[in-house]
Amino acid sequence: MAAGQSRTLFQKIWDRHVVERRGGLALLYVDRHIVHDGSFNVFRKLAARGAAVRRPALTFGTADHYVPTTGRSAADAPTPEIRRMVEAFAGNAAAHRFTAFPLGDARQGIVHVVGPEQGITLPGLVLVCGDSHTSTHGALGALAFGIGQSENEHVLATQTLWQAPSKTMRVRIEGKRPRGVSAKDAILAVIAKLGAGGGVGHVIEYAGAAVRSMSIEERLTLCNMSIEAGARAGMVAPDDTTFSYLAGRPFAPKGELWDRAVASWKALPSDEDARFDSEVMLDATSLEPMVTWGTNPSQALPISATVPAGSERALEYMGLAPGTRLDGLAVDLVFIGSCTNGRIEDLRVAAAVARGRTARIPAIVVPGSGPVKEQAEAEGLDKIFIAAGFEWRHAGCSMCVGMNGDLGKPQQRIASTSNRNFEGRQGRGVRTHLVSPAMAAAAAVFGCLTDVRRLES
Amino acid sequence: MAEPFKLLTAAAVPYDATNVDTDQIIPARFLKVPRQEGYGGFLFHDLRFREDGAEVPEFVLNRPGYRGARIFVANANFGCGSSREGAPYAFYDSGFRSVIAPSFGDIFFNNCLKNGIVPVRLADEICAALRNELKAKPGTEITVDLESQLVNGKHAFVIDPFYREMLLQGVDELGLTQSMMAKIEAFERAYGEAAPWAVR
Repeated sequence: MAAGQSRTLFQKIWDRHVVERRGGLALLYVDRHIVHDGSFNVFRKLAARGAAVRRPALTFGTADHYVPTTGRSAADAPTPEIRRMVEAFAGNAAAHRFTAFPLGDARQGIVHVVGPEQGITLPGLVLVCGDSHTSTHGALGALAFGIGQSENEHVLATQTLWQAPSKTMRVRIEGKRPRGVSAKDAILAVIAKLGAGGGVGHVIEYAGAAVRSMSIEERLTLCNMSIEAGARAGMVAPDDTTFSYLAGRPFAPKGELWDRAVASWKALPSDEDARFDSEVMLDATSLEPMVTWGTNPSQALPISATVPAGSERALEYMGLAPGTRLDGLAVDLVFIGSCTNGRIEDLRVAAAVARGRTARIPAIVVPGSGPVKEQAEAEGLDKIFIAAGFEWRHAGCSMCVGMNGDLGKPQQRIASTSNRNFEGRQGRGVRTHLVSPAMAAAAAVFGCLTDVRRLES
Repeated sequence: MAEPFKLLTAAAVPYDATNVDTDQIIPARFLKVPRQEGYGGFLFHDLRFREDGAEVPEFVLNRPGYRGARIFVANANFGCGSSREGAPYAFYDSGFRSVIAPSFGDIFFNNCLKNGIVPVRLADEICAALRNELKAKPGTEITVDLESQLVNGKHAFVIDPFYREMLLQGVDELGLTQSMMAKIEAFERAYGEAAPWAVR
């Protein structure tokens, strides 16, 4: 687009990073590339080609998908294959000299928790990672999206990536969220409205009063699940909330450079008359705590609803009959954590529900990173969870994807703060209901899905 | 690198479900396996095999007429969810070279392009008609012509010319990008001066 025309946040970042064009594609410069312990094939491919990591200073890594959460040594992994994954990551990081947080590093954690927390993620950057939930980082006003391992290899070797431009969608959430309604409920409502494929080919910018009033951690939850509507990325325009969050973070700019950066970031928000390819509007005041009933995240309804008819395969898998009330549905296990809801604010909300109560079913709490765990312990949240019968674990992706062996058993019903209720996601035959941290903690103390607002009143 | 793709006439598999996620295409526990060991056995593993390892006879890939198929005809938002490149590996190593659907998960679509699988977007009703034909007559062959960008000589599809060329030649774009290194370095210098907090 020519200079002078109105542009969206996405277009401004895109235009700034185009190195070259070929056909409908652009060669984009990548500012930050984060790898994780599942990226091992990339390093094999790179070695086979005799290529090196071109810009180690722009490359970061953390061990998250395969790390054990019951202990802090690779020897705590449940199988030798998983142990090898954890060890291979540390070996690759050392060999290629990029900044890495392997198991045992105090900063280790889930890549999408660690990036913002360390100030690796900044407004205006192009950030990529071999994980679809990279959309999370857009909460800070970055263009961040998940890529495959072949693309990882291309970025490591060249610090660039060929991409087709996305369409733009603005999702405005207006009004004030009612009490008991979290950012997780808001994004589940957005996905339910758009459908699992409603955002395909698009980058979503979240806007509106309800988004502006969200903390960064809430915006991270919002952007995290953009991919569950099929969107390539989610973004929120940077503002004072963003700058306050980032100031002083270890990898954020300092001093005069910080001032220059902030001045530049203030020009990023979409121009007032910028046009989006599509617009969607949600009324925050009508939102309720949400729960998924099916096998993709768009199959979500308010907790007050009943299971709908019409999705036979999903209902068969979930062991549900149409007309069943979601409120009161018995669950076997609770998982609190993940890149969606494993941050300190999530743990505070869950602990507030757990405080002074007792879990009726097994419940595990997995902080999103080492610093989140440390902060939670400094606030005594671990003691609240343990006193209530919840298990307090170490940081990692854990039961969101189960690659480290943290899995449910067939036909178990799990209330989970994670992002995907796909068939088999939390173990073969496991039935996942996605909920907010408060709803998950409430499910633990009641032994069933329940409306957390009942507890809070 | 993948073998070049120009034109393929082969038996095809119909798959009706919408929103098929990559966790279905390949469950996460198989992603630890090095690529050279082969991913073919993992394709739709938990739908295709029972827990004791026996085949699920009614699953489409196990039915007569669909074994050995090399084209997969799917429904909307195929390959949504996780970015795992194990999904196209599993298709490729099972012999598939093309997936036809009304729409794809963006990351899966890109991952196909880089692994020798031609992702073909055709209209909903054309995909439905193809699937119905394949269900009525298992073993029916479909032709995907990447040079003319036509399915069965009449249904036009578009692959960006950049990736079309890569697929036709069976190469990836890294060599091309590396030949542009002077341009990348020049960009990096100018950008780094304007935004020194970005390029460390």
